[in-house]
Amino acid sequence: MLKGRSFLEPMDFTVEETEELFQLADKIIEEPGRYSKTCEGKLLATLFYEPSTRTRFSFEAAMLRLGGQVIGFSEPNSSSVAKGESISDTIRTVACYADIAVIRHPKEGAPKVAAACTDIPVINAGDGGHQHPTQTLTDLLTIRREKGRIGNLTIGLCGDLKFGRTVHSLIKALSRYDNISFILISPEELKVPEYVRKEVLMKNRLPFEEVENMQEALPKLDVLYMTRVQRERFFNEEDYIRLKDRYILDAAKMKLAKEDMMVLHPLPRVNEISVEVDSDPRAMYFKQAKYGMYVRMALIMSLLGVEGREVRTW
Amino acid sequence: MVVIDSIKNGIVIDHITAGLGMKILEYLDIDTSKDTVAVIMNAVSNKYGRKDVVKIENVQDIDLAALGIIDPKATVNYIEDHIITKKIHLTVPEKVVNIIKCNNPRCVTSVEQSAPQIFHLIDRENREYRCEYCDEIICMKGGYSNEIIHKQWYDR
Repeated sequence: MLKGRSFLEPMDFTVEETEELFQLADKIIEEPGRYSKTCEGKLLATLFYEPSTRTRFSFEAAMLRLGGQVIGFSEPNSSSVAKGESISDTIRTVACYADIAVIRHPKEGAPKVAAACTDIPVINAGDGGHQHPTQTLTDLLTIRREKGRIGNLTIGLCGDLKFGRTVHSLIKALSRYDNISFILISPEELKVPEYVRKEVLMKNRLPFEEVENMQEALPKLDVLYMTRVQRERFFNEEDYIRLKDRYILDAAKMKLAKEDMMVLHPLPRVNEISVEVDSDPRAMYFKQAKYGMYVRMALIMSLLGVEGREVRTW
Repeated sequence: MVVIDSIKNGIVIDHITAGLGMKILEYLDIDTSKDTVAVIMNAVSNKYGRKDVVKIENVQDIDLAALGIIDPKATVNYIEDHIITKKIHLTVPEKVVNIIKCNNPRCVTSVEQSAPQIFHLIDRENREYRCEYCDEIICMKGGYSNEIIHKQWYDR
């Protein structure tokens, strides 16, 4: 039962609860019209302290497609935050108006602070370089639908594995499925953080290797998860410039990969995937973005506990 | 031979790792203008070779969790009327609140003053703690001085 709960990191839901969510997402994908009034009279607040197009639009589209409404801000300077209001005060106030809140914040753990101060469900839409659990739901749903399973897979994660919050969340979530092995492709400076290596990979005895060469890893992969080197996470511009073009996936490199390897990317991309790859049937990232909206619809419905309000079709 | 008077009422923190006595005293924030304090540094110890000892007169209420993080080998003896009434062997606490400060500049605790600093033990032997909010791992074995929150600071 997910009603009333917050979703701050992938492990907040059990594998079974996550599967229930995916089954609901499957139903929504099959017949979206049936769910167009399930959130009538409900209000979603989007508190975006950091720029976002995709995630914010995805949440807003999800709520609107469920018949609900949306309030919020997309940059903190247009809200009381600019006056120095704390996260806890903001969420307490927002909870007076809205039924559910989505928060993105540059500081790691900010959604947890918010959730501790309110009774309404809080969804983490990305906190600094830490976690991005709804992107993980998106990634898992894409793998599940396009591969037919989440398990028995060799997953390659490439690029910024240090500050890439989608990477941290995905590794955590995948650690609970059977026969997953990881190939972590990154320069030395952008390796996964210590807590991911120690607390997730080593603790769960997951097979993983850390490499710098993308070409050598490609033939072994079932899934390649590309990430952008994020300028906003660097304190030093020189480091960003030095590392930003380290990995570029192009058509020539795709020839090294398996026929059925899927390419995922949380988007936005800059130049880490060449546009010539877009037409390759193995490129799944735009499809992935669409699945993201559906799984967020399923998440909002489940946290609000509005299942059973579907439109009847005869 | 150094002779230091025994105390009538108070505590004796014994078997402190040599060199940590002043650190512990600093953390406890004892008012030395009011309370009598003796710090014995680098004393000979049958158990550990060398040790520090801290004696504090008329103080009983100290934060054992914090001491457990700083030096889990230490023991705390409670003295009443010159007699040891209780002896506590410190342990490394599983969870600590407002004792360690997260040193990750991206952590929410760097901006949200109302959020308590919460850490969970993940490796007892190395005294490694994970921040509740950002998952930053802090090793308290050895270089802990910057991460320990001064008692006075969090009592405010």
